[in-house]
Amino acid sequence: MTEQLIFERGQPGRRAHAQAPRQAPAVDDIPAALARDSDIGLPEVSEMDVVRHYTRLSQLNFSIDTHFYPLGSCTMKHNPRACNTLASLPGFLDRHPLAPASHGQGQMRCLYELQEILTEVTGMDKCSLTPMAGAQGEFTGVAMIKAYHDHRGDHHRDEILVPDAAHGTNPATATMCGCRVIELPTDADGDVDIAALREKVSERTAGIMLTNPSTLGVFEQDILEIADIVHGAGGLLYYDGANLNAILGKIRPGDMGFDVIHMNLHKTFSTPHGGGGPGSGALGVGSHLRKFMPIPTIGRRGDGAATRYYWMTEADLPHTIGRLSAFMGNTGVLMRAYIYARLLGRDGMTRVAEYATLNSNYLMARLKDAGFEVAFPDRRASHEFIVTLKREKSQFGVTAADFAKRLLDYGFHAPTIYFPLLVPECFLIEPTETESRETLDAFVEAMVAIREEARADPETLRQAPTSLPARRFDEVAAAKRLDLAYDAGSSAAA
Amino acid sequence: MPFIPHTEADVHDMLAVIGAETIDDLFDEIDPRLRNVSLDAIPEGASEQEITRLMRERAGQDEGGLCFIGAGAYEHHIPAAVWEITTRGEFYSAYTPYQPEASQGTLQVVYEYQTMMCGLTGMDVSNASLYDGASALAEAVLMAVRANRKSKSRRVLLPKSVHPFYRQVARNICANQAIDFEVVDFDAEHGTVDRAALDRWAGEDVTALVIPQPNFFGALEDVDALTDWAHDNGALAIGVVNPLSLALLKAPGRWGGGDGADIVVGEGQPLGAPLAGGGPYFGLLCCRKKHVRQMPGRVVGRALDADGCDGYVLTLQPREQHIRRSKATSNICTNQGLLVTAATIHMSLLGPEGLRRTAATCAANTRALVKRLTAIDGVSRVFDGPYFHETVLRLPMAADAALEALAERGVFGGLALADHYDGLNDTVLVCATETKTAGDLDAYAEALAAVLETHAAPA
Repeated sequence: MTEQLIFERGQPGRRAHAQAPRQAPAVDDIPAALARDSDIGLPEVSEMDVVRHYTRLSQLNFSIDTHFYPLGSCTMKHNPRACNTLASLPGFLDRHPLAPASHGQGQMRCLYELQEILTEVTGMDKCSLTPMAGAQGEFTGVAMIKAYHDHRGDHHRDEILVPDAAHGTNPATATMCGCRVIELPTDADGDVDIAALREKVSERTAGIMLTNPSTLGVFEQDILEIADIVHGAGGLLYYDGANLNAILGKIRPGDMGFDVIHMNLHKTFSTPHGGGGPGSGALGVGSHLRKFMPIPTIGRRGDGAATRYYWMTEADLPHTIGRLSAFMGNTGVLMRAYIYARLLGRDGMTRVAEYATLNSNYLMARLKDAGFEVAFPDRRASHEFIVTLKREKSQFGVTAADFAKRLLDYGFHAPTIYFPLLVPECFLIEPTETESRETLDAFVEAMVAIREEARADPETLRQAPTSLPARRFDEVAAAKRLDLAYDAGSSAAA
Repeated sequence: MPFIPHTEADVHDMLAVIGAETIDDLFDEIDPRLRNVSLDAIPEGASEQEITRLMRERAGQDEGGLCFIGAGAYEHHIPAAVWEITTRGEFYSAYTPYQPEASQGTLQVVYEYQTMMCGLTGMDVSNASLYDGASALAEAVLMAVRANRKSKSRRVLLPKSVHPFYRQVARNICANQAIDFEVVDFDAEHGTVDRAALDRWAGEDVTALVIPQPNFFGALEDVDALTDWAHDNGALAIGVVNPLSLALLKAPGRWGGGDGADIVVGEGQPLGAPLAGGGPYFGLLCCRKKHVRQMPGRVVGRALDADGCDGYVLTLQPREQHIRRSKATSNICTNQGLLVTAATIHMSLLGPEGLRRTAATCAANTRALVKRLTAIDGVSRVFDGPYFHETVLRLPMAADAALEALAERGVFGGLALADHYDGLNDTVLVCATETKTAGDLDAYAEALAAVLETHAAPA
């Protein structure tokens, strides 16, 4: 089952007539030297062609709406439809970002209240909604840490400590902020190696970037001690909110001693992942970092009927690290997060962490009972946990990738594989709170059945998937012989 | 319990399998000092019906107003099919296509998007998109510094005719990268890059020149001359474009006498993204093939599967943070997938003719608006010369006050430039897209005439 390219459909002169203005007025004052002199390179198709083509393409995807999607560290939970429907009301969708604030009070109030909700649930002092994705939230946080030290005259602080299990965005962000990355080892229990941390902090330490629970699926037990050590050395703590779903409403980064955090609203607050975005990396800060917050952030003046919401600019925040997007970040995503937060309410938020953790520990217990090796068997799972298939690899000659591909044939999206890099042949499995027990049981059955296949005929796994729209790809060849655009659509030959 | 399927019996049985008494026991590795949280400032949960009522009230508050503001975000008609299909759960609730066999829909959409962007810009390669136009410019600057190995200066010429917010974002994102941004002034008559100001850098080591087309004022730059200037001075040419305008304007891949621009970025919003108060939009980034390994962000390539069939995969991943970590080309780990899906469907529905008609109607409507407004006493164009669908008008009163009075009459009359440019007091940047009718243009002119009359009248 494949679908031809949209460029292979259609005929010269075919159009979706209703979609564009009925006439093309003459524009005769654009100098010829500046005017278009080549094909536009778009397909010429009817509305029906377009609808059918993209509907069929959608059907080639796995998604949360169609499949269990236990992708570790990505929090692929149910995306409530109300969030999309209500964020798409015309009053919100039609609002120009530079329209007067007096005519946007409805939306601005939602965003202000979201800032307040996120502040409370993370235990921070203030929130800014500007960052457009987790990685930009990280960037914002580390940039603020730099600004904080610079403001105090600590210009030499340019080292960022990052655990070896961290997401790749952490070290990449530190580099973008002009910092040097100092890697921290992990101890046998999956926690940060405290002795190494003590050794590596210094007067050069700008801060530490931590995910807690970590990407190893366990809660950092010594977090208060880590905070003391880093603060004692004059550094700040940055919280990567990738795993906030594990502790939402239950434990707060602010109480753990973090100075600045980002939240992935597309994970914890259930805004759509959209095939890879848009995300939203809302930021929370302690009071000592407030003045460095990015703009625009929403402020409030007055009370009761006189309440007015306004955009805070450089005039309100003279030490701001500034603007990071042309307008107000991914506003539509923020609106979805707000609606989700209101639907959940305070009790619902706490339940997110509780049931995500329940599901994760249940699935870990079931897989352990079924004979799979988990990476940290003596630890509680957080909202996710790691299975290592190194035994299956040595016994049957099948890899974690083979297992993952075979899971697709069983109708399950694969967990995150080969991450974190510390654990060989690993699956990072995050079931989320919105999955039922029956789904988790079915996943265990599939894992057991696949292991049986591996024992009986490992080739079944190596050939998988066989029931999907595509088989395994030769990605090495694809990277060597780059084909990044369809030829006939490109007016300038490569 | 909203969005949680568990029954009491489920919880009981699951805890038994785990060997725990209560759900709280699952948090027993966490320091008790951290486990006493109160969330009083968060309201109680509400039903979907209650939230629907609330959101309708708030959306209703924000409705209305005839919008003539552009300045980087534009009101366009979006065909109904665009978001009907984009919000299908299979697109909406999928993630980054890490498992290509289970993500051919998303991957093929991105490949088609990349192809359309290459066609529109005349460039060889497009990535799968960045966050927005402003952050895409920042990424392009960092990319140019990596790609232009002959230049050692890290000096980037950033004309003042580039969107002021884009300039701020580029500086902020590159703040700790030792980039030397140099401002190039604009010509007071035309509102385009001042050649004399630019020529002060001739013969110097320049890493890149940023070329906006149309520029922030809506004016058309002499892109051929600017591109040639960049190349003659060993600099890369970074185009910043409105993709819709490319239906009428020369493709950046054909700028100048040589191979055209080296990197092209822009705000993708005019291609199917609603205004939505500022986002989500998407940043487009295209480049010459020789620079592809310096490109930031996701990119999709065609590949063959085990049966020899065509399909699509994420490719060139060794540039990216999950592999290269601290040495990655960027820290970005997503694209604006959903917006790219919408843009691809949007461009397919419009096709070349629809895109041309839309762009031409925008240009014609703005000309018709300018004609009506400049017929009013004291209102004039600030810059002469060709423009796309935006231009700057001078008013016979403070622009802020005029815009406020217009807003009270239901007209959002544009963006006042005084806060962004010295010497542009009393000016507004106005735009009339294809969504405006002759009646709308009349309404603006009538409202402005009335506002100016009230202002001129003795108190």
